[in-house]
Amino acid sequence: MAERIIEISGLKKSFHGHPVLRGIDLMVASSQLTALIGSSGCGKSTLLRCLNGLEVFDEGRIRVGSLCLEMHHGQARTAHDHRRITHELRGMVGMVFQSFNLFPHMTTFDNIARPPVIVRRVPQELARDEAMRLLEKVGLREKAGHYPDQLSGGQQQRAAIARALAMKPKVLLYDEPTSALDPGLVDEVLEVMKELDGEGITQVVVTHEMRFARDVADKIVFMSDGLVVEEGDPANIFSDPADPRTRQFLRRFL
Amino acid sequence: MSASQPIAGAPAAQDGRMPSGGANPTCRRAPKPCHGIARGILLFLVAGCSFHARAGAQTTPLRWGGDAEGGAPYQFQDPRDPGRIIGFEVEIADAVARILGRPAEFVQNQWDGLVPGLERGNYDMIISGLEITPDRAEVIAFSRPYYITFEQVAVRKGNESIRSLEDCTGKTVGTLKGSLAQRILEARPGIDVRSYDGQVNAYEDLMNGRLDAVLMDHIIALYNVAPQPGLKMVGRPEGRLEYGIGIRKEDTRLLAEVNRALGEMISSGELRSILERWGIWTELCGDYFLDHSPGNQRPVAFEDYLAARQASRSVWDRIRQYASYLPLLGKGAVVTLELSALAMVLAVCLGLLLALTRLHAPAALRLLCGAYIELIRGTPLLIQLFLIFYGLPHAGIRLSPMLAAILGLALNYSAYEAENYRAGIQSIPRTQMEAALALGMTRIQALRYVIVPQAVRLVIPPMTNDFIALLKDSSLVSVITMVELTKSYSQLASIHYDYLGIGLLAAAMYFLIGLPFVRLARQAERYFSPEHRAFLVGGKQRQAGE
Ligand SMILES: Nc1ncnc2c1ncn2[C@@H]1O[C@H](COP(=O)(O)OP(=O)(O)O)[C@@H](O)[C@H]1O
Ligand SMILES: [Mg+2]
Repeated sequence: MAERIIEISGLKKSFHGHPVLRGIDLMVASSQLTALIGSSGCGKSTLLRCLNGLEVFDEGRIRVGSLCLEMHHGQARTAHDHRRITHELRGMVGMVFQSFNLFPHMTTFDNIARPPVIVRRVPQELARDEAMRLLEKVGLREKAGHYPDQLSGGQQQRAAIARALAMKPKVLLYDEPTSALDPGLVDEVLEVMKELDGEGITQVVVTHEMRFARDVADKIVFMSDGLVVEEGDPANIFSDPADPRTRQFLRRFL
Repeated sequence: MSASQPIAGAPAAQDGRMPSGGANPTCRRAPKPCHGIARGILLFLVAGCSFHARAGAQTTPLRWGGDAEGGAPYQFQDPRDPGRIIGFEVEIADAVARILGRPAEFVQNQWDGLVPGLERGNYDMIISGLEITPDRAEVIAFSRPYYITFEQVAVRKGNESIRSLEDCTGKTVGTLKGSLAQRILEARPGIDVRSYDGQVNAYEDLMNGRLDAVLMDHIIALYNVAPQPGLKMVGRPEGRLEYGIGIRKEDTRLLAEVNRALGEMISSGELRSILERWGIWTELCGDYFLDHSPGNQRPVAFEDYLAARQASRSVWDRIRQYASYLPLLGKGAVVTLELSALAMVLAVCLGLLLALTRLHAPAALRLLCGAYIELIRGTPLLIQLFLIFYGLPHAGIRLSPMLAAILGLALNYSAYEAENYRAGIQSIPRTQMEAALALGMTRIQALRYVIVPQAVRLVIPPMTNDFIALLKDSSLVSVITMVELTKSYSQLASIHYDYLGIGLLAAAMYFLIGLPFVRLARQAERYFSPEHRAFLVGGKQRQAGE
């Protein structure tokens, strides 16, 4: 198996004393597409948000590449450079949201071309060329000058993926990227993710699209009630889930 | 007190100095502030604090303070040429300066603030119908009197029921606030006393029946009754009061020099000649100056004044008259616009800073900002202006009127802009900040490139409305000696006895200045609307596709 780019161990997080993540242990192999599934409210979003520092966890350890965040009793082990590491982590880990969250005051093109200039001081020319390449890749070349509210949901989500890719992340996290879309627009987004698989980027996708998870993912992780209950090869999990909770969950979809 | 009083609620005027030439009584030029935005900015950067060098050199101008809004015959704008300031005190000041061998320089200051202005060092002496009273003499020094007068009753012609002060019992009588006349009236029971800030308004109310009589200094009565066919003076002289030149207590040398100059003017007959020209030489003056020789001067200045006021006017004359006000009103309008624009720019910048601090800074700073905003919004702008202009000098910070005005308006409006921005920023979904952070932006980058630009779009329409409000609120800065549009209006109205016509003219000017901004607000709203963006797309697309 490939190098493990993400290692999570003993990750705990609670909101107002209510535990949401109760000790997550998880490895993610580099350049693979991992599908994270589980019923609503089991903590999938919270886990993703911990992975790029949008949420501060209470306990445990997250390593992404060479960056390591470690918390103990709500205190950072590496307190003095916790902020720096969080910032660097975000440079390495991109995120695609359920509601796209494009910047409505910028054109699609600017949404993609400006962040690298702002964050990384990438020269304008390079950022422009890269933005055009990415727009081409997600099939939005002719929408470059449009504002987000002039695009369909599927187009917006593809633009959001391009925006994340422009930062050249090692890891791209998706939080239910197709849940806000009309059924007819889902496939165009999944297609982009499928295309990216095998291009070297590591993708972690929270999704309810079980067919996609089964056909495209390299690995399935099933979460329930703040814990990873089962993980493994899609073929195995879908045909022969070991845990009764997995079985019960999958029954609803297949 | 007595004499040239400010018009209601609008004292003040400009710190504008005007050199006045030697003895020629009418060579004074009105303030000619060549205002320009550049000058405003310059004032802002440089004139932060104004220092008045008090050199002893004889060529140093002798600066004297007065209120040209007080009216005739003290010092007032020439009805035939509002750009000029004339009056018997102008001629006395010129004569004193000539004898001292220094050029005279008039400094306009509202009547109420004349003594503080003297102490502030805005000018070297006050000549503005300032009555010598024990109260005042404790604060400043007075020269020997240069004029003696008394109080005089005026009534409508045809009113035979009031022939003297004694008949005023049970009647409504107007006078000037804080004057000897007011003290006389209040000492008599049964009189309904109405006190005014300006002489003109009192005599207007007498004309239109709101008052039964007016008691004021004789020379004021003379200059207000004579041009009005409907009014007359009745009764005998009441009381006695002396006008003196006010000088800072520590300026003993100047006091001695001024007294010497006045003495010379009295013995040479120059003072009498000035008073006679203005028609205000009375027996009382004869007693005081020990000069009972028969008069030898015609009251040419007085006659001139009457002629100017009574000139019958054709419609064409009236139009020409109104047109002649436009340059002064226009100048005021430019000051208003300049002041408002600079104040607004500052207010918006400061407001944004306050809003960001209130939303994103550490708790202590947030609290401080909140307190500042509430404090500013909870207190009147007028008091803030007074504090900045008259209060701060006590703490050693002396701001020029322009700077104080801009600062006062900017600080006041910054609180409102801060709340605008806060509302704008808070209405941007939290997910926008998260998306920016997820892309690796710092919090400050996210605010700068993602949150604030979106908030600005929301805030532009209310901001433009605030600017129009500020434009109108800027009329308040006339109280700290700025001559802007409202001040220009009240000055013009008080010399031309025309509050209606000139008022409409000034209102029209405010309206015209505000109009482009109203339209701008509409356009901004349209520009940032989604429908309009569809229109923009063509151009942006080309740019992106190159
Ligand atoms: N910011 C928050 N404050 C309080 N509770 C939260 C917050 N975010 C998530 N939760 C709670 O944590 C639990 C897990 O949420 P989430 O991670 O969004 O689940 P999932 O994405 O698997 O549906 C839910 O019960 C949710 O109500
Ligand atoms: Mg979720």
